[in-house]
Amino acid sequence: MTARIVLPIARKLGEPMDVRILIQHPMDTGFMHDVSGAAIEKNVIHSLTLEFNGEELLNAELGTGTAANPFMQFQVRVKESGEFLLKWVDDKGQMGVERAKCIFT
Amino acid sequence: MAQALEVESEEFRLLFQELTQGQVVNEQRVHLSVPRLADNGHSVPLRVWVDCVQSDSEHVKRLIVLSCRNPRPLIARFQFKPMQTQLSLSTRVRLNGSQRIWALAQLNDETWWGTHAQVEVTESACLDATL
Repeated sequence: MTARIVLPIARKLGEPMDVRILIQHPMDTGFMHDVSGAAIEKNVIHSLTLEFNGEELLNAELGTGTAANPFMQFQVRVKESGEFLLKWVDDKGQMGVERAKCIFT
Repeated sequence: MAQALEVESEEFRLLFQELTQGQVVNEQRVHLSVPRLADNGHSVPLRVWVDCVQSDSEHVKRLIVLSCRNPRPLIARFQFKPMQTQLSLSTRVRLNGSQRIWALAQLNDETWWGTHAQVEVTESACLDATL
């Protein structure tokens, strides 16, 4: 599983900026079958958090209604340089972590 | 004066009650943008925004996206930290056919606000290789 945190290139300290999160994950609903007719077990990322310097900015509980490869974009305003930390867990207990440095000069 | 949102089905009314703990959901403040026509239900872009500056004194605590026709109505639930920004969230959802989508937001004063939008979906997300 891979993930990306995309920050705008033109960013200013203390100004709102759009942060985009993208995680590669099938988000299997449990309602689908493969070509041989076997049911595909439900496996979705059920919880996801985005932190900045240890502070939680976003907490999402996702369901089967979220599309495969979950994408999220929202506005963030930070007061210092630091690091974004994205953490997620899926139904199989697989955890993922992605970091992105956000430096203001 | 804020008006309470009307919910079409009894089943949905019960779900609303459970999610909002019986509180009235008011119209206004929450905005939902979805395409009028989505060719494919597998991935439909959706944007929710709330008229609220996310200050410490007034912010959205919780944001819920619901679907009327999906087998599991709860699409996603979000919680935000107030950061003095406009509350806006874009994501992509899966839809099982044409339906109404709901967005509900709870502010820090415990009031609920919501809106809905209609989407026509040509191909449902609940079709697989066996069909």
